[in-house]
Amino acid sequence: MCGIAGILNLNKQQEIPLNTIKSMAEILQHRGPDGFGFYIDDTIGLAHARLSIIDLEGGWQPIYNENKTICIILNGEIFNFIELREFLIDKGHTFSTKSDTEVIIHLYEEYGIECLNHLNGQFAFAIWDKEKERLFLARDRVGIRPLFYTLANGTLIFASEIKSLFMNERINREIDPYALDQIFTFWMTIPPRTAFRNIYELPSGHYMVVEKGNMNIRQYWDPDFIPDTNLRTEAEYAEALLELLVNSARLQLRADVPVGAYLSGGIDSSVITTLIKRYTDTPLRTFSVTFSDKAYDESAYQRQMIEFLGADHSNINCTYSSIGNVFPEVIWHTETPILRTAPAPLFLLSKLVRDSGYKVVLTGEGSDEILSGYDIFKEAKVRRFIEKYPDSKFRPLILKRLYPYLANSPVRALKYAEAFFNVDGNDYPAEYFSHMPRWSTTSKIKVFFSDHLKDILSNHTHFDELSRLVTNDIGKYDYLSQAQYIEIKTLLSGYLLSSQGDRVAMAHSIEGRFPFLDHRVIEFCCKLPPSIRINVLTEKYILKESMKNLLPASILNRTKQPYMAPDSKSFFNGNKLDYADELLSTSCLKDAGYFDPKAVSMLVKKCRQNKALGFKDNMAIVGILSTMLVHELFIKHFDKNISINRLRVNKELHAIC
Amino acid sequence: MLTTTMQLKSEIRQFIVDNFLYGRDDDTLGDEVSFLGKGIIDSTGILELVSFIEEKYIISIDDEELIPDNFDSLNKISTFVFKKTTL
Repeated sequence: MCGIAGILNLNKQQEIPLNTIKSMAEILQHRGPDGFGFYIDDTIGLAHARLSIIDLEGGWQPIYNENKTICIILNGEIFNFIELREFLIDKGHTFSTKSDTEVIIHLYEEYGIECLNHLNGQFAFAIWDKEKERLFLARDRVGIRPLFYTLANGTLIFASEIKSLFMNERINREIDPYALDQIFTFWMTIPPRTAFRNIYELPSGHYMVVEKGNMNIRQYWDPDFIPDTNLRTEAEYAEALLELLVNSARLQLRADVPVGAYLSGGIDSSVITTLIKRYTDTPLRTFSVTFSDKAYDESAYQRQMIEFLGADHSNINCTYSSIGNVFPEVIWHTETPILRTAPAPLFLLSKLVRDSGYKVVLTGEGSDEILSGYDIFKEAKVRRFIEKYPDSKFRPLILKRLYPYLANSPVRALKYAEAFFNVDGNDYPAEYFSHMPRWSTTSKIKVFFSDHLKDILSNHTHFDELSRLVTNDIGKYDYLSQAQYIEIKTLLSGYLLSSQGDRVAMAHSIEGRFPFLDHRVIEFCCKLPPSIRINVLTEKYILKESMKNLLPASILNRTKQPYMAPDSKSFFNGNKLDYADELLSTSCLKDAGYFDPKAVSMLVKKCRQNKALGFKDNMAIVGILSTMLVHELFIKHFDKNISINRLRVNKELHAIC
Repeated sequence: MLTTTMQLKSEIRQFIVDNFLYGRDDDTLGDEVSFLGKGIIDSTGILELVSFIEEKYIISIDDEELIPDNFDSLNKISTFVFKKTTL
């Protein structure tokens, strides 16, 4: 795990500025605090900030092939490197290190770009093939590791984080208004768009080749929900899933440093920790977040699992003020506006892991997407059920079974819920059915956009960009698979693995690993019959079946509680935050120009009175404040030390419980 | 003293403009405008409106009464609340 950066001359020879290359690496130091490595020739400069996990002595980068004509910088891990190494040695390759990085170089020599198909891992890398004068950039299948790029002054500049790109003085820093429109609809930008104008991300499952001035971006992997033609019994599927998960967890525990695990109290992290305990020799060390606000707290379930597993455990307790206090630093790392504070507790958690002497954690992310865990999937199923007989008096009653964990459930007023879920079917492509209530509810918060921003955005639709992301013909899928595909292609990589994943973990040099996102597990789950992913309204049914003899019944059968954190209360519950007061002031809002100051002041008043109850107000206040923070940190004053210190609430951010 | 429907309507309008339109009433909030149709009040917003009405007019509203027929426009709400307060 690390940070990478580079500058490539595209069509004219100009000196690659070593100082810029160095500064691009330095600002990524949180990703790689153990040391730097550089490569520079007439055409390209590469930088690497290292977090040592495998081959601690020998794994410094860049790493070269036998005759030093090809070099690589990698952010991430190749989990099947031991098997690949043996295979490549058999083929006659000579290794100079024991690192996982080096296998990519020799695989590339062997297979060229198709080396990607042999990798099991989470990665973003750059290979410079000097003889061919070819730069080859690639990103893992689901976008666990980030990679951004831009074109400026005849060069291609790329890096693990946008702030590293901004170390090049010639790059304009500007928020992209269309990105704001997308974030305030989908909770994310649609790749390759990012929050900043002319800054792009390489989409998950894609690679880029730049050769002789030509730049080509291609997709090499996409989840495909093709039903299994060789149908098996439920028990056989459950057994096969367990076997794959055990194998994936074992592979992902490969490291030359100790590996811990997150434990939320939900089924997914309970599965991962149980697999570590039962099927590996790794000592079980677990970490979790608890909340003072009981509406979000899952510590009762965490305690059950800790006792059940006999884990060596630490937790960090989050209060409203601990979230509000660290929020500016969180946004420094997310590099995008967000609509929920949920990344903040995970930022605090990664600090706890780091302070406990760990660099790597396994987590349960990805299970909800590939095994149908989210409410949005059940919600879509229920809507289809009601839609079949729209006049039925009884069918809508099933809505009552959604959201049992919410105090202000949107289904309490049943007739309103029916109307809410009955989004007009003519305005959008049919395959977006499942996600339209979410997107249309979120879009309501654009009421806060300034008139100027609204003018820019008028007559603009995102469905064209979205349809370029939806590269498979999902019209042929069953409804559940359509919904899962969209969730994987949008929120998984665009928010969950980035703002709530890589960015807040790497903020404290922590590498997250995700056994559910081993591509063999994903491909297996994509083939499962939909009825065993959600059985009636039981989510992740087949996972529960496969774990029924391994997990306590109280964990298996508990009501799913999605991970959330207090939103508006984190900023306004008796917690005076100078930065929030300043950034939400009429003068700051007017100066930035994105929002209508009068409307925001009414929302702030509502939040201060603790009357911001619904999703809309909470998403709006977090979205507005985080946008203003992005503006402050990256546009107005782009200097980490100055910006963060100015906004920092106190330096002793949190206590370990 | 009984509140008239006109007064009711004006007070409720103000609450909706402040809380759901955040002061941005661009003259779209006619008496007959459907809140759901215009996306002004969603299914959690309705609970905010209900708690305002219950507190302000000292009435209690059952879940069964939470239907668009009673709440989906200024006219409908003021008629419904007027009936409840005068019963």
